[in-house]
Amino acid sequence: MPKPDVVQLVVAKYHAQKRALIPILQDIQEACQWLSSETLAEVARELDIPVAHVWSVATFYKSFSLKPRGRHVCTVCMGTACHVRGGAAVLEHFERKLGIRAAQTSADGEYTLERVNCLGACALAPLAVVDGRYYGQMNEIKANAVLETIKKPEGAARKPDQKASS
Amino acid sequence: MKQYRTHLLVCAGTGCVSCGSFSLKEALEKEIARWGLGDEILVVATGCNGFCERGPIVMVHPEGIFYQRLKVEDVPFLVEEHLVKGRPVRKFMYVPPAEEKPVPKMADIEFFKHQRLIVLRNRGRIDPEKVDEYIAYDGYEAMAKALTSMTPDEIIAEISAAGLRGRGGAGFPTGRKWALCRREEAAPKYLICNGDEGDPGAFMDRSVLEADPHAVLEGMVIGAKAIGAEKGFLYIRDEYPLAVKRMGIAIRQAKDYGLLGEDILGTGFDFDLEIVRGAGAFVSGEETALIGSIEGQRAYPRQRPPYPAQHGLWGKPTVINNVETWANVPSIIRRGAAWFSGLGTETSKGTKIFSLVGKISNTGLVEVPMGIRLRDIIYGVGGGIPDGREFKAIQIGGPSGGCIPKELLDLPVDYESLTKAGAMMGSGGMIVMDEDTCMVDIALYFLRFTQEESCGKCAPCRIGTRQMAGILARIVAGEGSDEDLKQLEELAVTVKQGSLCGLGQTAPNPVLSTLRYFRDEYRAHIADRSCPALVCKNLITYYIEPEKCIGCLLCLKNCPTNAILGERKKVHVIGQALCIKCGACFNVCPKKVRAVSKYTGEKGRALAGRAADPVKP
Repeated sequence: MPKPDVVQLVVAKYHAQKRALIPILQDIQEACQWLSSETLAEVARELDIPVAHVWSVATFYKSFSLKPRGRHVCTVCMGTACHVRGGAAVLEHFERKLGIRAAQTSADGEYTLERVNCLGACALAPLAVVDGRYYGQMNEIKANAVLETIKKPEGAARKPDQKASS
Repeated sequence: MKQYRTHLLVCAGTGCVSCGSFSLKEALEKEIARWGLGDEILVVATGCNGFCERGPIVMVHPEGIFYQRLKVEDVPFLVEEHLVKGRPVRKFMYVPPAEEKPVPKMADIEFFKHQRLIVLRNRGRIDPEKVDEYIAYDGYEAMAKALTSMTPDEIIAEISAAGLRGRGGAGFPTGRKWALCRREEAAPKYLICNGDEGDPGAFMDRSVLEADPHAVLEGMVIGAKAIGAEKGFLYIRDEYPLAVKRMGIAIRQAKDYGLLGEDILGTGFDFDLEIVRGAGAFVSGEETALIGSIEGQRAYPRQRPPYPAQHGLWGKPTVINNVETWANVPSIIRRGAAWFSGLGTETSKGTKIFSLVGKISNTGLVEVPMGIRLRDIIYGVGGGIPDGREFKAIQIGGPSGGCIPKELLDLPVDYESLTKAGAMMGSGGMIVMDEDTCMVDIALYFLRFTQEESCGKCAPCRIGTRQMAGILARIVAGEGSDEDLKQLEELAVTVKQGSLCGLGQTAPNPVLSTLRYFRDEYRAHIADRSCPALVCKNLITYYIEPEKCIGCLLCLKNCPTNAILGERKKVHVIGQALCIKCGACFNVCPKKVRAVSKYTGEKGRALAGRAADPVKP
């Protein structure tokens, strides 16, 4: 849950200007990871605008997350260059490995899988970003290695798929 | 400024940064200090060099030696050999495809040789975070000229005479746009830089903002003087954090130097700039939608006319130009309209930046004169198609553009020729496709994109793209009919005519252009239920060739559904019922073995053990 003062601080930073609604939501999301309905209501109150308007903006733009995101965020680029070099297969591989679909978060709150339209790093296609790090020329084997580095250390729930032990 | 005998220019564009150019820079600095050469050699982090395929890139100035794909481990050897002993290191140099001899100098590399740099003139040679370096290369000279010795009308006349047209897609003459806005009496007036580069596969605006932010800034101040604006906005895509950061630094530095803000250069002219971050909506690249977004609304396109030049941001006259357009302005003012219009064709002047990506040897950003033939871009600059594959089509203009087949490779690249061929200049994304790319799949890819990004305001766009994507999905699944093709064409016309903004009006282009040039492929999907490019999952079968399989267990281990049976040194077999066609086996099978094949059509179905076509059409 966002600390109650985050919204007020951010709104004050933009001098409570109504036109700054988008940057305000961006800054709050940066601080709190996501935007809860309470947060949106508070923004509306602070800016003195209808809650419906805040919701219309928050749901329109893709960068706003209205659900909590996982500890690790994996983003697969779906740009055209990535597409012709097999980006769709990379996304499917992540979906299978993480056991979630794109735009979902795993039940244990560990992983969020996202797709993005283009990151403009087409030379690296197909591209995936894991916790802010760019991984180019992605393939199944590389994806497995990357996911291994962010796996929950102990007591982690095993994925349903096989793991050829040792 | 302190003098150094050698500069190491380390590319710090997004591509190279992702390949570790910052740790490379650090390692270089450390090693240089270890040799006690810190006073002689300076390591500079520059903006995107353009040859992203080869990152991380280091250029040695002044010799012009080009090093590529460097790793931190290579640094001690490189520093000792080249910088201490003076022997350039051949093994880190670029070797052209199908050749053995490296090309030491950047200027001699084919990728760079055919380029003509105006907008990207500072790429890879200055530190974008230092205004002094921009100034050292004639930076802000044009602004000084415009502010001190030109009237607004003279500035507009110069831009008009240069023939500069909008680089964001539609190609509207920039001078005319400015003149329209200048004529308006309402005040205040606004300037906007459209940096919401949404076209997948295009990244020139990101690169310009990252590599030469002051050029955009200078162009905007000149534009502000021309139309009489005091306030401007830079709208930058949220997915480009580095561009946002560098532009922020540029604005601060320009203000410190009196190049922005109040009383610029003591001329009494005021102009202030603010950065607005996008929030991940493709449609906000449309100018009226972008204005809505700056106002804090949903990015809904608005009816035009009135055009933004008359009725824009908060109802005030507003000039909105794209990043690349703004970055052209200083060079035009500095070197004159005649110089600029000497480049290019009758109707398209100057240069254009393209991002050359996809199935091409030299992926990267290229700036070439307008009118250059597609063939020269693909085979000259781009170095052709890798892995001995054959060129099939080039997609130009993103989701609004179209695919151009190999028969039209001699087409000159300018606004009119591309539009006539069914593509469009768009922002300049060029995605090269080879024989392994399915054109129906590409059409579906773009339609899904526009369907998802449609803001939903107009029914033809919102519902039409959905219907079109649905039909295409049927076709790639092998369930299409001839009737579908007819309906697809009808819907395309409806969506084009019935949509308010550019997104809807151009959304059908990828379908129309592929239908125009690659109808056979659509027919194959429908009539033969086969995908000639071996892409569409429903129509292909993966098969392990028994005579080639060496029984290495690699595919078996990587199969996510455990569909492959086999033992070490024994031929593996794919259990077709379990196969989900993910292609993992195909991708992991060693290059020397290549035992996994793909089949389509009748043969594919036979191998999959399915009944052959019940009815042959």
